[in-house]
Amino acid sequence: MPVPEIVNSFAGSINRVTLGATKETGGTRTSTVTIGGSTNVVYGGSSADAGEKPVIAMDVIDTRPQDWPDVLGKCYEDVFDSPGNWAKKCVDEYGADMICLTFDGIHPDTGDKDGDHAVKVTQDVLGAVGVPLVLWGCGNNEKDNQIMPKVSQAAKGENCLIGPVEEDNYKSLTAIALADGHHLITKAPLDINIAKQVNILTSDMGFPLEKIVTFQATGALGYGIEYAYSIQERQRMAALGGDKMMAMPAICDAGYESWRVKEAKMESDEWGPVDDRGPMWEAATAICLLQAGVDIVRMRHPKAVATVKKFINQIWK
Amino acid sequence: MLLIGERINGMFEDVKQAIADKNKAVIQNLAANQTKAGATFLDVNVGTAAADQEGTMQWLIEAIQETCQTSLCLDSQKFNVIQAGLKVINPDNGVLLNSTPLNKKTDEEILDKFIETAQQAGPKVSIIALTMDKNGVPQDTDTRVAIAAEIVQKAMEKGFDTQKLFVDPIILPVKVPNAQAQPQNILAAIEQIKYLSDPAPHITMGLSNLSQGTNERSLINRTFITMALSRGMDSAIVDVLDKDLMNAVATSEMLMNKQIYSDSFLKVCF
Repeated sequence: MPVPEIVNSFAGSINRVTLGATKETGGTRTSTVTIGGSTNVVYGGSSADAGEKPVIAMDVIDTRPQDWPDVLGKCYEDVFDSPGNWAKKCVDEYGADMICLTFDGIHPDTGDKDGDHAVKVTQDVLGAVGVPLVLWGCGNNEKDNQIMPKVSQAAKGENCLIGPVEEDNYKSLTAIALADGHHLITKAPLDINIAKQVNILTSDMGFPLEKIVTFQATGALGYGIEYAYSIQERQRMAALGGDKMMAMPAICDAGYESWRVKEAKMESDEWGPVDDRGPMWEAATAICLLQAGVDIVRMRHPKAVATVKKFINQIWK
Repeated sequence: MLLIGERINGMFEDVKQAIADKNKAVIQNLAANQTKAGATFLDVNVGTAAADQEGTMQWLIEAIQETCQTSLCLDSQKFNVIQAGLKVINPDNGVLLNSTPLNKKTDEEILDKFIETAQQAGPKVSIIALTMDKNGVPQDTDTRVAIAAEIVQKAMEKGFDTQKLFVDPIILPVKVPNAQAQPQNILAAIEQIKYLSDPAPHITMGLSNLSQGTNERSLINRTFITMALSRGMDSAIVDVLDKDLMNAVATSEMLMNKQIYSDSFLKVCF
């Protein structure tokens, strides 16, 4: 049966966003990434409608992670204590388009580290790699409001993607991101109404809509991916329908969410070798969300990254 | 929702005076304010003030285009005035020709002329066609729909995209003897007109006409527009500077799931 050609056209499009600043634009990055720009759904319309290729931001944590399973940890055992080397490995060996530097170590429950630590890690990673960075807080509002402004300042002029900000905690990080020339991640807990509201709130503070990337929160395969998929799809349809408050590119977190899943990492003969199963779980989560409409995927396992890159290169030619 | 801002009309005292004084600033301010308020098109109507209607239409368009790129809706019952406007307008910004009946006693081919003129003027030129013919404005639902069907058929015959066709079922003042049944006839007509083609033609109306002469103009206008929107109307010529009306439209769009709800939805609908 021939595949029907989808010719639906839409009034709106996804904002095109460039992350990273090279020497010419006041930063020290050696490469930038541009995302967004699609004017149709994935697989819909012509290849020109597909916009920019989605990119993969590989996770680097500011401190040695305590909860990574062996199947994942063994890929980074040699670099776990050096975020700079870790980032370099992700870029040089695994082909990361971006590095997502996550500050779990500043959380009161997982290290409670201070601003000096966070600044040093940021500088180390900036020095070690030339790709653009995502700078991701620990999720504790108090610590994030205290430390992330220092992180932002340490990366001033590098045009990073920083966040996430939420409906009840957005003011300080939005202000500092604006001052330091970064792009901003707005987060909602799988709730499309709140997602729109956070965008309105940050925009009311004078933050340009064109510099926002949304994070709808992610559910992994088997653990709520259908919710994440439908919200991501609804955002994309609203954006294509012309809703300027939803026209931002989106980021999702396939890495963290997939590796929380018991079935992705348990040893079991019945379920097949975990060395394949875990990466497959992560790749399936990522590819599913890419089809709903996301532009940056946070990922962890190099095998999953390779699989997803192959998919991206096949679809976005 | 495609809103057509009604304020640049010689029937309004400030516009009439601006035309007489050749005061561009008044017109340009109205253009800017209506655009900011959410108008997709700006209606431009010379009114009855000026003797030289063609020249005045051109002066208004040129004044607006100096400072504003919003699509314009050329509003005149006289075809030659609309043609004069087309000579100076930038058709790339989008134009709406307002309006033609199906036919007239004096001109059986008037709809054909409008369609051909729109086709020649460029790909972004649309027309408003009234559900009215040489017998006048129909009072009942069925005749309105029958005329609309002829309009849609004519457009399709001439290869005119129905998405560039705005059908206006003509709302009359409610405060006219025996006219109180008209609003519900129009609602019934809207519901049927949208099924005349796929994609459906747009459905619009000069909303403010409904409340002519009443003491509660804004309330009547905004109540009826929400009713009409729920039946399938997707455009209207309105006072976009009426904040209550705009909030009612925004709320309707949200309740009909055309806009994603957010706590600040009123801020961002337009």
